[in-house]
Amino acid sequence: MKSLDDLKKIRDAAQSKVQMRGKNEGIRVLVGMATCGISAGARPVMNKFVEKIAEYNLDKITVTPVGCIGECAIEPIVEILQGENRTTYCRVDVEATERIIKEHLIGGKVVSDYVIGKYRL
Amino acid sequence: MIERSHVLICSGSNCVARGAKSLRAEFEEHLSNLGIRHEIKLVNTGCVGLCEQGPFVIVYPEGVFYALVKSKDIKVICEEHLYKGRIVERLVFDEALTENKEVKAFDEIKFYAKQTRIANRNCGLINPDDIEEYIARNGYRGLGKALLEMTRMEVIEEMMASGLRGRGGGGFPTGLKWKFAYNNESDQKYVICNADEGDPGAFMDRALLEGDPHSIIEGLMIAGYAIGADKGYVYVRIEYPTAIEKLKTAINQAKNLGLIGNDIFGSGFNFDIEIRLGAGAFVCGEETALIASIEGGRGMSRNKPPFPAEKGLWDKPTIINNVETLANVPEILFQGAEWFAKIGTEKSKGTKVFSLGGNIKNAGLVEVPMGTTLREVIYDIGGGIPNNKELKAVQTGGPSGGAIPPHLLDLKIEYETLHEVGSMMGSGGMVVIDEDNCMVDICRFYLEFTVDESCGKCTPCREGTKKMLEMLNIISSGHGTLEDIDKLEHLAKMVKNSSLCGLGQAAPNPILSMLEHFRDEFETHVVDKKCPGGKCKALIEIFITDDCIGCTKCVANCPVNCITGTAKQLHTIDTSVCIKCGICKNVCPVDAIISI
Ligand SMILES: Cc1cc2nc3c(=O)[nH]c(=O)nc-3n(C[C@H](O)[C@H](O)[C@H](O)COP(=O)(O)O)c2cc1C
Ligand code: SF4
Ligand code: SF4
Ligand code: SF4
Repeated sequence: MKSLDDLKKIRDAAQSKVQMRGKNEGIRVLVGMATCGISAGARPVMNKFVEKIAEYNLDKITVTPVGCIGECAIEPIVEILQGENRTTYCRVDVEATERIIKEHLIGGKVVSDYVIGKYRL
Repeated sequence: MIERSHVLICSGSNCVARGAKSLRAEFEEHLSNLGIRHEIKLVNTGCVGLCEQGPFVIVYPEGVFYALVKSKDIKVICEEHLYKGRIVERLVFDEALTENKEVKAFDEIKFYAKQTRIANRNCGLINPDDIEEYIARNGYRGLGKALLEMTRMEVIEEMMASGLRGRGGGGFPTGLKWKFAYNNESDQKYVICNADEGDPGAFMDRALLEGDPHSIIEGLMIAGYAIGADKGYVYVRIEYPTAIEKLKTAINQAKNLGLIGNDIFGSGFNFDIEIRLGAGAFVCGEETALIASIEGGRGMSRNKPPFPAEKGLWDKPTIINNVETLANVPEILFQGAEWFAKIGTEKSKGTKVFSLGGNIKNAGLVEVPMGTTLREVIYDIGGGIPNNKELKAVQTGGPSGGAIPPHLLDLKIEYETLHEVGSMMGSGGMVVIDEDNCMVDICRFYLEFTVDESCGKCTPCREGTKKMLEMLNIISSGHGTLEDIDKLEHLAKMVKNSSLCGLGQAAPNPILSMLEHFRDEFETHVVDKKCPGGKCKALIEIFITDDCIGCTKCVANCPVNCITGTAKQLHTIDTSVCIKCGICKNVCPVDAIISI
């Protein structure tokens, strides 16, 4: 170890190893992953979220699979939780995922094409 | 592939003893079967503190805290939680479930809410075998700051400003100790980490070594830089094999990255660390005996002064610091003395880790800010006394400390306050004692320990501890008199004042403090010939009361077959045969068996 910069490089590279642990106060992406969600194609959707969030370095955002929300007909369902705000997207596919990430998670604008209800608790 | 979820498996010795080792293999198997192994990161971490509820599995990002996890539960956690996202409520630690069945995250649980984890900042959060995880949590930044931005004296001044005091028992200001060693010119100096941890029942240092070994290495290196030492030793007892293994791995990884070695960070500072194993004698935790042991001699204390800061290892200026003390050091340098000094009280800064044990619901490791009350530790964090029993005392400081009665529960935990009531901070053992215990018996337990551990060099301790134990045995047998109690007190004071080292000087503390706060209990033993706690066998009889429902359980369990009775009828004990082992008391479903 020849300088503090070397240490910082290791630190930055290793951040993703531990970031998720501890308090998570940022945006949460919940993907409905009950049997109905999975059969409707929720798994590739979730993987896409994980992959893209890492790619864009959105370190405050976590992805969590959740159980059935009870609206199996319009699965896959993805919910974005930001503080008190909850946005629910339905019939999300890989293409929709990319838009949600770009427009909502990065751009801060809800992708109304896929929304079933805003601020629904 | 980036993992979407991290599964932390507690791999502290306590959880491993409870079967945590097989959990990882189960996860591997079931996650692979589900085809999601690559999405989940499995991490073996150090102790999370709540040992009574172990083994633990913590799932992030949600922070769901599964307790008392068994191998067979892993399949369910994988299939339900990790695959389908349904939290397995039945396995969630009960205090993490709210009344409306919502699952609280790990750090919102009452057990943790009142804690402040500085020494334990990484325990249970990182994989101790991966130096990168330590670095990711700002590890070795404190060292970098010290080496590149601060002079040695500035480091010492920072430590003094922080108010950090030794966590090994004495409470000596760490910065001041370093300053002494700094001022002693020498061609060679040493720093030693005291990881002997001899207090029976204490395991905070082990948990730190196992859960975050790099924090101790970094702390030791900062100490080395400050006093001008290029060689450090970690003295660990051989009874801590996992700790030794983690430490070795950590040292090797630090060496590979050039964090231990020559010209660290290009600063010109060189440092090397060696592990030395102790055989597990209590006296070897005393600094002069520890030095003798490293030098290859017999672990015996010597007179002070000269203090090790002047004449220590191989007669060179040496400082010895406790594991927990050193674990605080990197964080103090990284976050600044001012930050640290804001935590705690006027005279006791920062936090203290305790091994909470005895008659307490959430036994385990807790780290609280100085100034927290005993009541908060026992009731809010520890969850109180199980089985609706009354609290009788809290013992701190192990065999060197004393017992604190319930009316002093609102005492703030500080070095001085504990000392004033006849106990001490000690290294962090905290044993909760309920009404079913006898103070004479507890004194006997500690004295048996010190009799065994006395190194024998000086007469007051070698003979005095033995004599005190004999006197306690007489009191416990019912043959004692009031005069014996006075004599015991007299002898205890003498041993305290005339022993050579801390072992003998502190050995009478349990007796002296129990006599101060629980003298009537000793008197009951000699005057009424009764043991109120029901522990001194010579003074109790075991009886079956009318509450007996005749279930016959006691009959089946009595080792000497002295209980008679027919099913569904009142049973009786033949007291002439009964050996008062207490087994029947423990098995009776209706608490019909009592000792008086
Ligand atoms: C009998 C006896 C046993 C001790 N055992 C330990 C021990 O296990 N660990 C420890 O850190 N200090 C122990 N000490 C205290 C050490 O002598 C020394 O004060 C301490 O390691 C200094 O470190 P600190 O200033 O960081 O607390 C013991 C002292 C005595 C008298
Ligand atoms: S006080 Fe006890 S342990 Fe210490 S030197 Fe004397 S005999 Fe040895
Ligand atoms: S105390 Fe032990 S010996 Fe006595 S009756 Fe109970 S089980 Fe039997
Ligand atoms: S175990 Fe208790 S209830 Fe059962 S027979 Fe013995 S004394 Fe009676």
